[in-house]
Amino acid sequence: MLKRTNYLSHSYDKPDGHTLAAYEQAGGYRSARKVLSTLSREQVVDEVKKAHIRGRGGAGFDCGMKWSFMPKESKKPHYLVVNADEGEPGTFKDRTIMERNPHALIEGCIIGCYGVGAHAAYIYVRDELHLSKARLWAAIEEARAKGYLGKNPFGKNYEVEVYVHTGAGAYICGEETALLNSLEGRRGEPRLKPPFPAQVGAFGCPTTVNNVETIAIVPSIFQVGGDEFSKLSALHEWNDGGVRLFGVSGHVKKPGIYECAVGLTLRELIYDLGGGIIDDRPLLGVIPGGSSCPVHLPDEIVDVPNDPRFAPYNGKSVLDLPMGVDTLRGVGGMLGTCCAIVMSDAADPVLALHNLMRFYRHESCGQCTPCREGCGWIERILDKVIEGRGSIEELNELHEIASNITGNTICAFGDGAAQPALSFVRKYRKQLEDYILRGGQSQTRTLEA
Amino acid sequence: MAFALSAEHEKELERILSRYPNKMAACIPVLHLCQDANEHWVSDEVIAFVAERLGLSTAHVAGVVTFYHLFNREKPGKHQVWVCRTLSCALRGSESILRHCEKRLGVHVGGTTPDGKVTLRTSECLASCGSAPMMQVDKTYHENLTIEEVDRVLDDLLKDS
Ligand SMILES: Cc1cc2nc3c(=O)[nH]c(=O)nc-3n(C[C@H](O)[C@H](O)[C@H](O)COP(=O)(O)O)c2cc1C
Ligand code: SF4
Ligand code: FES
Repeated sequence: MLKRTNYLSHSYDKPDGHTLAAYEQAGGYRSARKVLSTLSREQVVDEVKKAHIRGRGGAGFDCGMKWSFMPKESKKPHYLVVNADEGEPGTFKDRTIMERNPHALIEGCIIGCYGVGAHAAYIYVRDELHLSKARLWAAIEEARAKGYLGKNPFGKNYEVEVYVHTGAGAYICGEETALLNSLEGRRGEPRLKPPFPAQVGAFGCPTTVNNVETIAIVPSIFQVGGDEFSKLSALHEWNDGGVRLFGVSGHVKKPGIYECAVGLTLRELIYDLGGGIIDDRPLLGVIPGGSSCPVHLPDEIVDVPNDPRFAPYNGKSVLDLPMGVDTLRGVGGMLGTCCAIVMSDAADPVLALHNLMRFYRHESCGQCTPCREGCGWIERILDKVIEGRGSIEELNELHEIASNITGNTICAFGDGAAQPALSFVRKYRKQLEDYILRGGQSQTRTLEA
Repeated sequence: MAFALSAEHEKELERILSRYPNKMAACIPVLHLCQDANEHWVSDEVIAFVAERLGLSTAHVAGVVTFYHLFNREKPGKHQVWVCRTLSCALRGSESILRHCEKRLGVHVGGTTPDGKVTLRTSECLASCGSAPMMQVDKTYHENLTIEEVDRVLDDLLKDS
């Protein structure tokens, strides 16, 4: 279902859309004012629960539920940490919020802090996003000058401070516990869970970590009401509510970020919003939400007979399945960050997999042997395949190595690295074997359309 | 020679410290501050300075510095160019952009022009996939690149004295 919305993106086309004046003219900060002056912390969490916001950072965990895990009473301070490390290949949505609607994130932080019992929010921005950091600091200063941040936001005796923190180039710092280590001034190595951040997070204190988009959409929940907001989604019944930013990149005519109700299909994203494939070529495959998700082929058919919710979609192409956390999970896929990478048949899937596995080898933090060694082995096997020195046995070995990473590591990076390997080997087996049988010759041997 | 910050930067350091419940948390922002003030690199003197100011061991600070890709342990060129080469950019021609940069600058990836003006690097996804191909030059993104646009940007860097 294609339904464009503009809860977050209303400011995107305005040259001054990032300023407080423009944000307030569009109704900004009314939600935070309402929340702080009329609602209790419990009421805030309940309303967010009703909105069924599934975390926009990739894992799709329910936002209100996550907030409810924070202790009710504690001697230690609480923190809200916003994950703005945006580095998942193919993902470029959070940056649009920070650059073009930073006040939505600041307002979300005010409500979020109140909802989780925190008085400080840290927005962890990857270092390269210099414009994002500048826009956020400027927004913070504007909000403070108006009295929306500080000791008494909107006249309420509930201090809220928001700070921008910067990373230094490491994809793994997007993983929430690595991010917390990095925020504390350490190497960005993921921590073992449990304990979970809600118990022991930043500086040893209860912490909620949420993605930029998750927090930035929160003011909209209080603008329309939790239940109403959830119902904007075609997947309201699946507890996957509201609207979100859909991205599309790669071989489409109109790459970009498009805000729509949840439940858009991949076909709509690629052909309607994305304008179709460059040179109108056939679609080779699409990775729905960042490189850690399995790839889908256009001829893949939905077949989930044992879940009645899939009845309307069984027998249809995956491209016609509404994009949701549980719909894609049901077909063995993953929604991830909801920013799709599209490949036309001009692209060589073997080179695409090689590109991704080089990325994972480069970014593994190295703590777990299966991840550190496995990513390197997979890349080397692919090197050989591309050079024409690969064998079918090694292809099977590649699959085996990837399977052994899955579930055997400290953090989900391992699974994220294994997913593309496993799905590409399964779905582009023929192209990989062709490389091997023809001694490194392929019909395309390029990625560029 | 021991490393020190200007009075202006010292004030910035104090501002950074005021944001956190302890000094260690300032480690990365302060390293950035020092690297920017030290011709884009983190020398042993910078590590000693940061360790001293934040009450950390030099081993801790060195461990942090080596973990993150954006801290340079060697002095790079006056300008740094990062060409994104991850999948979305590769699908839109980042490889040609990179080869062109190598040719135009006369260096391989990782190299610095003989006059010390430009260091060429690759980067992983920079969250600009919808405007691929792209490159980062110092603190600025250049998106939807064409070869002509790359030439214009590089010419400006090489002219800069
Ligand atoms: C390797 C790895 C990288 C990640 N990168 C990001 C990221 O850049 N941004 C993000 O919001 N979440 C990222 N995540 C997910 C976070 O760990 C966490 O689930 C998320 O920030 C929670 O926010 P949400 O519930 O609002 O989605 C990453 C996870 C892994 C395993
Ligand atoms: S899975 Fe990989 S990235 Fe995650 S902790 Fe282990 S080695 Fe590090
Ligand atoms: S792949 Fe180059 S910016 Fe994302």
